[in-house]
Amino acid sequence: MRSRGRILLYLALVAGAVPTLLPFVWLLRSALMQDAQMFIAPPQWIPDPFQWSNFTDALTAQPFGRYFFNTVVIAVISVIGTVLTCSIAAFSFSRLRWRGRNVVFAVLLSSVMLPYAVTLIPTFVMWQELGLLNTIAPLTVPSWFAGAGGGVLNVFLLRQFFLTIPFELDEAAYIDGASPWRVFWMVVMPLSKPAIVVVTIFTFIGTWNDFLGPLLYLNDEEKYTLSIGLASFQSIYITQWGYLMAASAAVIAPIIALFFFLQRYFIEGVTLTGIKN
Amino acid sequence: MAALSGQRRLERRWGLLMAVPAILGFLIFTAGPMVASLGLSLTDWQVGGTPSFVGTGNYTALADDELFWKSLSATTYYTLGAVPLSLIVAFVVAMLLNQRVRGLPVWRTIFYLPTLVPAIANVVLWIWIFNPDFGLLNSLLRQGGLPTGMWIYDENLAVPSLIIMSTWAFGNTMVIFLAGLQGVPQHLYEAVSVDGGGPWHRFRHVTVPMMTPTIFYNLVVGVIGTFQVFNQAYVMTEGGPNNATLFYVYYLFRKAFRESEMGYASALAWVLFMIIMVVTFMMFRNARRWVYYEMAGGR
Repeated sequence: MRSRGRILLYLALVAGAVPTLLPFVWLLRSALMQDAQMFIAPPQWIPDPFQWSNFTDALTAQPFGRYFFNTVVIAVISVIGTVLTCSIAAFSFSRLRWRGRNVVFAVLLSSVMLPYAVTLIPTFVMWQELGLLNTIAPLTVPSWFAGAGGGVLNVFLLRQFFLTIPFELDEAAYIDGASPWRVFWMVVMPLSKPAIVVVTIFTFIGTWNDFLGPLLYLNDEEKYTLSIGLASFQSIYITQWGYLMAASAAVIAPIIALFFFLQRYFIEGVTLTGIKN
Repeated sequence: MAALSGQRRLERRWGLLMAVPAILGFLIFTAGPMVASLGLSLTDWQVGGTPSFVGTGNYTALADDELFWKSLSATTYYTLGAVPLSLIVAFVVAMLLNQRVRGLPVWRTIFYLPTLVPAIANVVLWIWIFNPDFGLLNSLLRQGGLPTGMWIYDENLAVPSLIIMSTWAFGNTMVIFLAGLQGVPQHLYEAVSVDGGGPWHRFRHVTVPMMTPTIFYNLVVGVIGTFQVFNQAYVMTEGGPNNATLFYVYYLFRKAFRESEMGYASALAWVLFMIIMVVTFMMFRNARRWVYYEMAGGR
């Protein structure tokens, strides 16, 4: 009886895993196939021959190296800004007692609910007035203000984590004459690596995947990120499926690699944001 | 004692100082633009022109704008399909994974993978999957002797196609459900078993009530996020065919950045804000009836 239940369980899991993985198989086989073989019915699953040149051809047809570099620059600046300023804010909201603290925090947190479309137009106009369209400023500067907008969730996450660190550590440091900055930097931050890794990963992925931001703010092709680079590639090579799949696979690969290295933190991070109530 | 009061003084002085970046960020990138967009929505401003005050003119114009209603219904249709479907799929898979499955990390990774695919790569991949002639979906259907479809190129199938596509990436929701399931106290299940209850009773009277807060969280986050869908409409369908996928934010984007009607688009943004507020408020009100919060020892 019991073993039959187990078999059913694994059958159900396999039944779910097949359609989940199939698009990836489809992506890879198309990325490695010659066009002629792709149009055979019924569909072929093993490329013959393996058309590795799809990758080199696609990735040199447009400057994907350049897009990659641009994306990394934006991502790194955003990650540093977010981690630093969100931690500072979270420290203030969790471990320093000042008047109005909880009210201010509640107001900041309320902005999580705000649809991004509401701030989109005035923010665009502001960058336009500052003459900073077509630069990376609109894509990076907000992250240096505690990840403004949706980034407030990071402050929340870090604050939750900071609250679990014993307050006696702070008091001991203050008695030794430390300043709050020193307590933050030498006591709280070194004990908060898991939370910092989570914020780093999610900010990195958010920037890596962002489409609307670069679409609005970057016009020159040489400033493109991978996301808009791929979108423009798609609109040019609209029927070159081998190229399109090879380029897509190349954009997906770094994120999946990152996931395999940092899997534990991914799952923890998703869980942390979900169990907030 | 003197040291402590010194600490309090330091905390007070540094507290506000260290909150300044976050407060400034809120004022510059959230509160300021919010007020500005409300102001803009009361003008007829077009890029390059001078704005003049039109009162609620944009809002009354919206009522007669066929495309506005079209975008609202397309987005609602998409949300009503995509959110419940991915909640159900994610919940079922999480339930399966919670049965002391061997190799849990491997299974979890498999189901989480689609979530990792960057939005635009995802869109490009699915254009190919939906390709009517040589795409994965029609190839499989043809092989199985089943009727094929035009998917995103068919006015009636376009939104359901995008719902299927969005359901593929249910990984985040699943991980949150799984964490919730693992937090259900074991003794409750044992209590039901002692009373002679079977698996259905355990599910109905322990799992479901204990999971309602998690379900509620995923529901709210899902609705707010899904209602703002953009990329698929922009890259895959351009709102078509025949405006079937003219999603709200895409329509707003087109008004603002293609037709330069910033005033009108700002009104669209505020209406979206109101809709999301009202819907969220209603979900919270309704939650009292079905979401179970543990009373004892609550914070």
